[in-house]
Amino acid sequence: MQETKIERSESAVAPPKADLWGWLDRRTGVDAALRSALYEPIPGGAHFAYVFGSGLLFIFISQVITGIFLALYYVPSADHAHTTVSYITKAVTAGSFLRSLHAYGASAMIIVLLLHLSQTYIYGSYKGPREILWVSGCVLFALVLGMAFTGYLLPWDQRAYFATAVGTNAASEVPLIGETLKRMMRGGTEMGTLTISRFFVAHVFFIPACIFVLVAAHILLFRKAGAAGPPDEDPYEPKKKTELFYPRQVLMDLSLTALLIIGLGALCFFAPMQLGPPANPIDAQYIPRPEWYYLPIFQWLKYWHGAASVVGILIIPMVLAVAIVTLPFFDRSVERRPWKRPIAMGSYGFVLFALVGLGLRSQYLDSLDPSVAQQLAKQKSEEQEYMRKPFEPELSAASLAAANTALADPQAAKGKAIFDSQSCNACHGDGGVGTAAAPALVGISAKYSPEQLAHLFQHPTVRMAGGGMPPINLPPDDMKSLIAYVQSLK
Amino acid sequence: MGGGVLMYAENPESVTQNSTTAEPSLQKRRSFLGALVALGSAFVGALLSVPLIRFAIFPLIRRTTDLKNSPVGSMSEFSSMTEPAMRTVQIEQIDGWRKTVSEKIVYITKDQRNQLSVLSSICPHLGCTVPWNKEKKQFICPCHGGTFSADGSRFSGPSQRGMDTLETSVQDGQLQVRFQYFRQLVSDKEVVG
Repeated sequence: MQETKIERSESAVAPPKADLWGWLDRRTGVDAALRSALYEPIPGGAHFAYVFGSGLLFIFISQVITGIFLALYYVPSADHAHTTVSYITKAVTAGSFLRSLHAYGASAMIIVLLLHLSQTYIYGSYKGPREILWVSGCVLFALVLGMAFTGYLLPWDQRAYFATAVGTNAASEVPLIGETLKRMMRGGTEMGTLTISRFFVAHVFFIPACIFVLVAAHILLFRKAGAAGPPDEDPYEPKKKTELFYPRQVLMDLSLTALLIIGLGALCFFAPMQLGPPANPIDAQYIPRPEWYYLPIFQWLKYWHGAASVVGILIIPMVLAVAIVTLPFFDRSVERRPWKRPIAMGSYGFVLFALVGLGLRSQYLDSLDPSVAQQLAKQKSEEQEYMRKPFEPELSAASLAAANTALADPQAAKGKAIFDSQSCNACHGDGGVGTAAAPALVGISAKYSPEQLAHLFQHPTVRMAGGGMPPINLPPDDMKSLIAYVQSLK
Repeated sequence: MGGGVLMYAENPESVTQNSTTAEPSLQKRRSFLGALVALGSAFVGALLSVPLIRFAIFPLIRRTTDLKNSPVGSMSEFSSMTEPAMRTVQIEQIDGWRKTVSEKIVYITKDQRNQLSVLSSICPHLGCTVPWNKEKKQFICPCHGGTFSADGSRFSGPSQRGMDTLETSVQDGQLQVRFQYFRQLVSDKEVVG
């Protein structure tokens, strides 16, 4: 039945062929599928306003492909995540480029998503038999925000760690179930390796699976309802002369794709994504800031404390979300022209204004407080400094065990007690592995002789002193033990 | 790359509603355009896959596993040596993004041509650590009694070959060694792991 229909309408376009394509089509129906995809009629003709849907699909496919490739080297665990991302960024060929493409792709996706949503809203394209189509789009929006949130943590650098700590903390503000929700997200009361596992599974398996299903549903529902056309078109029974999707609309869609490729490619090439120093949970100074698309929410949460927080954190966002999702169910008029829909356009303008305003306000407040601005600048320079360092492989657990057996040396063991009691480990980390505050001491015996170490301990250089290293004055025997221990760190 | 290609929805309306039935000349132009679009997409797709391929074949272009040379001591230390000298060297093995550091015992000795050479202390028989016996002036394995001369060549015992010499190099007057493991119980030196 399908065959005859297609032959009737398309016989002038493509007579049955005896070549390879004809054979493939007889076996698979690929020609008919392609035709039905390309010959979608658009009431009122092709227009640049309709390009955002395919743009989103393109970025999504790009995210899937780059994501799969990143997983070739990434390990989702608190002790390896940062090392493996550092390896991708600093060692693997094209690694920095691909990681940047994936990270900036997330931002690009949200921008194009906002444009797609705005176009649909302003053109009133959610009207007519498109209620479920709209709802599926809303769910997709939430899923994409979920991808951005879960993916952000995975590099496990300072920025990622603290932004996610704040993000998951916000969940605990939800009345009654808040604390449970937070623990569910974190896999415990604190952020740790279980948090990475959870975020990784959500980011790589769970949410993408939902997105695949919903994108398919979204496209099917779109084809079922048909393209809505310009704002002065009837949402139920289009009356304007139609133009097929191919070729002009395809070319317009491709031009956005080309623009995205050039824009993202140039950005990733000339300003690749940075990676900061590894997450240091005890860094009390770090000021977390979310990615730009979460700034409005971040700023909004600041205004709500105590009993009123239920209103700001739960009720207002819920009302807004329900209003957006159910929009096509209560906005039933067939009027689509924006200038004839003052309430709809007014609310759109208000929400847009509020979001942009909140985001800018957050930026403005940061610039206002000199101590905050200074700390943020310091964090940025720490990131740049980390990026300049060459890749340092992670010392395997087996080696650490070997290093500990070196403590069979009683003098080194005594030195370890001094190291810990003098709080050297507070900055240099347990076992001298280093923290954000001070460098690692592991392997220092290769650089300095015991005599040089003794001198450095008693007379720290200007740079060491600047970082907070005090001169150490110990009885000669204790000093010897300390040096023996520091030298045993390998 | 546009979304249209992936849309498989079979919508009968879309077929019957076709407003334009293409003329032959228009049809020709369209199939030429189609070929152009397909070719262009294929080209851009190929261009985009370049970083993906480079990323995936990184282990083919660069070494991802490596065994670093370990410093043994300065050359002058060993010039006036009269018998094999024991040293503990640190072996650094790189495996992708991680490294393993371990300690191994080696002997610095002189070969038959009076050149410095470094011997692995691992017995080529079953892998026990072979010490230098000062009194008997030979290496004697404590496990099965294999004996080796000062330059590591085999005297007696169950081992099928002499002690294994390691690759050495000199950098800034420092003797460097590349520590490797060799297959046991065979007569030829054969690198493992």
